[in-house]
Amino acid sequence: MFDELLRLLTLQDANTRTVLLGATALGIASAVVGSFAVLRRRALVGDAVSHAALPGLCLAYLVIGDRNFAAFLAGALVMGVGAAAFIALVKAWTRVKEDAAIALVIGGFFGLGIVLSRSIQNEPSGNRAGLDGFIFGKAASMVASDAALIGAIGAGVIACVALLFKEFRVLCFDRDFASSQGWPSLLLDLLLMTLVCVCTVAGLPAVGVVLMVSLLVIPPAAARFWTNRLGTMVCLAGAFGGAAGALGTGLSATLPAPASALTRGWPTGPLITLVAAAIFVISLLAAPKRGVAADLVRRWTLRRRVARQNLLRRVYEALEPRGDFAAVWTQESIPHSSRALRSALRAGLVERTETGFRLSATGRAAAARVVRAHRLWEIYLITQAQIAPDHVDRDADQIEHVLPPETLATLEAKLAEEGRLPAGVPRSPHRIGAPVEAGALRP
Amino acid sequence: MNEAWFTIGDYEVRNDDLWIVGTAICCAVSCAILGCFLVLRRMSLLGDAISHAILPGLAAAFMLTGSREPMAMLGGALVVGVVTAFLSTALHRWGRVPEDAAMGVVFTSLFAIGVVLITWVARDVDLDPGCVLYGLIEFTPFDTASIAGFEIPRSFAWLFAILVINATLVWIFFKELKIVSFDPALATTIGISAVLVHYGLMTAVAATAVASFEAVGSILVIAMLVAPGATAQLLSDRLSRMIWIAAALAAFSAVLGYALAVWINTSVAGMIASLSLGIFAVTVFAAPRHGLIAREVRRLSLAIRIAQEDALSLLYRRHERAAGAAASAPPLTKHAILEATRAGLIGRVALRRLRRLGLVDATPPGSISVTPRGLEAAAPLIRGHRLWESFLARDLNLPLDHLHEPAHRAEHFLSEEIRERLQAERPEASDPHGRPIPPPSPRS
Repeated sequence: MFDELLRLLTLQDANTRTVLLGATALGIASAVVGSFAVLRRRALVGDAVSHAALPGLCLAYLVIGDRNFAAFLAGALVMGVGAAAFIALVKAWTRVKEDAAIALVIGGFFGLGIVLSRSIQNEPSGNRAGLDGFIFGKAASMVASDAALIGAIGAGVIACVALLFKEFRVLCFDRDFASSQGWPSLLLDLLLMTLVCVCTVAGLPAVGVVLMVSLLVIPPAAARFWTNRLGTMVCLAGAFGGAAGALGTGLSATLPAPASALTRGWPTGPLITLVAAAIFVISLLAAPKRGVAADLVRRWTLRRRVARQNLLRRVYEALEPRGDFAAVWTQESIPHSSRALRSALRAGLVERTETGFRLSATGRAAAARVVRAHRLWEIYLITQAQIAPDHVDRDADQIEHVLPPETLATLEAKLAEEGRLPAGVPRSPHRIGAPVEAGALRP
Repeated sequence: MNEAWFTIGDYEVRNDDLWIVGTAICCAVSCAILGCFLVLRRMSLLGDAISHAILPGLAAAFMLTGSREPMAMLGGALVVGVVTAFLSTALHRWGRVPEDAAMGVVFTSLFAIGVVLITWVARDVDLDPGCVLYGLIEFTPFDTASIAGFEIPRSFAWLFAILVINATLVWIFFKELKIVSFDPALATTIGISAVLVHYGLMTAVAATAVASFEAVGSILVIAMLVAPGATAQLLSDRLSRMIWIAAALAAFSAVLGYALAVWINTSVAGMIASLSLGIFAVTVFAAPRHGLIAREVRRLSLAIRIAQEDALSLLYRRHERAAGAAASAPPLTKHAILEATRAGLIGRVALRRLRRLGLVDATPPGSISVTPRGLEAAAPLIRGHRLWESFLARDLNLPLDHLHEPAHRAEHFLSEEIRERLQAERPEASDPHGRPIPPPSPRS
């Protein structure tokens, strides 16, 4: 099976080559357009549009009376644009909200499609329509000219996005700014929705009406985990979408087909969706920028650093009255969490002696830094933000661990300008209490 | 067993038809009751996501138990349904995925898993994947169970039970649902957990979608959930009435949908779904208060009233100015009035109505003068206008040349009561321009 898949994916088979290329082009195009739809919070309009395409397909069949790919696409496009307009108008004209309008279109238009397709199939000649293939997608039924048409549509869509990249970017991130710059933001919105419709319709033969939205939504959502830049995100989404299209189509062509009443072979749509979902899950877990794993690691390191710094400050403040920061202390004389102590020991901030523990030279410097940051912030809060001295300790606790060095430098420069910069570690402006425990902190 | 009860046209309505219609009504009404809250809480799409996502739950339960044991399927689907709601929220909150995209990712993936599983198991058993799309409500009468000595279709029994449960739950928790739907913050402050209500509602939606699955599939059920509620929202401003209307509409589309589907020989569930969309579309235009037609009629009649009042006060002022002089004012041409008030159809209609009411006189043709009754009718308008001008000048310190415009707009909306209160606070005989304020009409 894998040999076969490999053979397919390396395009050695002329028959599947076109189909595969068509599916890949479609995956790229819809992911690129979908990126903007997702950022514009229009992700599920694509779902409504694709469900609404079903009655369009049926009507095209009823009008033409035969299976004609271009006519199918035209019918689907008309109904899809109609559905998008229906949603926009219901939202604008009535008190019914957008979500209900989308759900109405999904259920109602799909029902209409089912009514039409059932009554077509109850006719003697109806099975020739091949409408069932459009419901869950059947890439294998595509012929070369169909695939070429899909490829051309995809190329057109991508060209359109490339030309209007700047406009779409502003539309997605700051529509009001776009309007204030005199750009036709309503027109751009309509254009974006039309592109979504075109992609959706082009994807129907491969992915089907039910799951087409997954190609619009899942690759961009996955790409979003990897980057904070729109250009990178769109390119990545395109790559993910293309991979999902190619792999899903390849899988559906190679997997041993089950004899099923509905689909006759593996439907392509669910497989493409599942490949895309796998990419999404991997991105969700592993992406270094916004992934969950990276997030957990960041959170965990932060928590450890906070615990360590709290320990240092605690020790520093306990030893401060004596003035001897190299003094030996024990868990009893200065209560603290043993996990923070272990972490500080590993980091070489604390040394073990025969009778207890002692701050190392680096530990003393680090402790002085932490306490200095804490107290500088307290002074800032008291003098600049007018907060009472007995209220600043907690606030400073929250911020001291994440205070960037630049802010600290600005703070010091400000104090120096006013001639109030204390040398070394300033005195605490209030009575000293225990620092907030690490668990209470949120990054 | 399947005897004919009565005939409609040439069609004999048989026992089976009644069972199917009964099942359709139970399904549509139990969906509609919950749907009202989905629509109000803007969670229609979560309902959509859940109904898609129960598919893998059903398939997994089927694969595990190897049978269509209803409790197992209900359990499997319920678990996945609630997991969907939870996963979408989790992706949104912790994965920082936009809310709608999170739902899109979760339910399409789960639905794809469901289709693959069903295609898989359909190799060797009789779980028809077709029912995913449009349900098998037509075959309801063939799968019966004996309950209390009666042969009752299984699907009907389930949906009837769900209908009773949903209705009871909504009846018991009506107050909580209402507060959470309209003011979640208030609900939290008075100790009603919005989260609990949210997940309770989601569980009920999942259970209803599961029970409806066999009858209408997992996509059409969205129309049954949302359409009656959205339609009822246009027809009522009260929650309880909205629920009743939604239930009635649901039952109506179930009955009519079945009849139409039988007539043109097509899918019953699909017909019910498209019919409920059609009813919504008609209601958007025809709803008595919130419909587009009613709103346009209201707007037009307001425009006509304002044109009428503008024409009358124009004539009144001319008459007033001429009354100072010896001669009476020459009548205005129709064209001049339309120019000054509102040209086009609205202005013409307004003038015709004034004439019919006997407030203006149009002899000779083309010229218009005000009748004594017209003067009487214009007096309260002028009174309102000048009182408002005094109010603006005295209390808001607006300069003299800024008074007319706002008063001209406000005069149409100053009720008798407001006029008298203005008068009571500022007992004056003339407005800031020195023109007399007409006395209150003798009728009041």
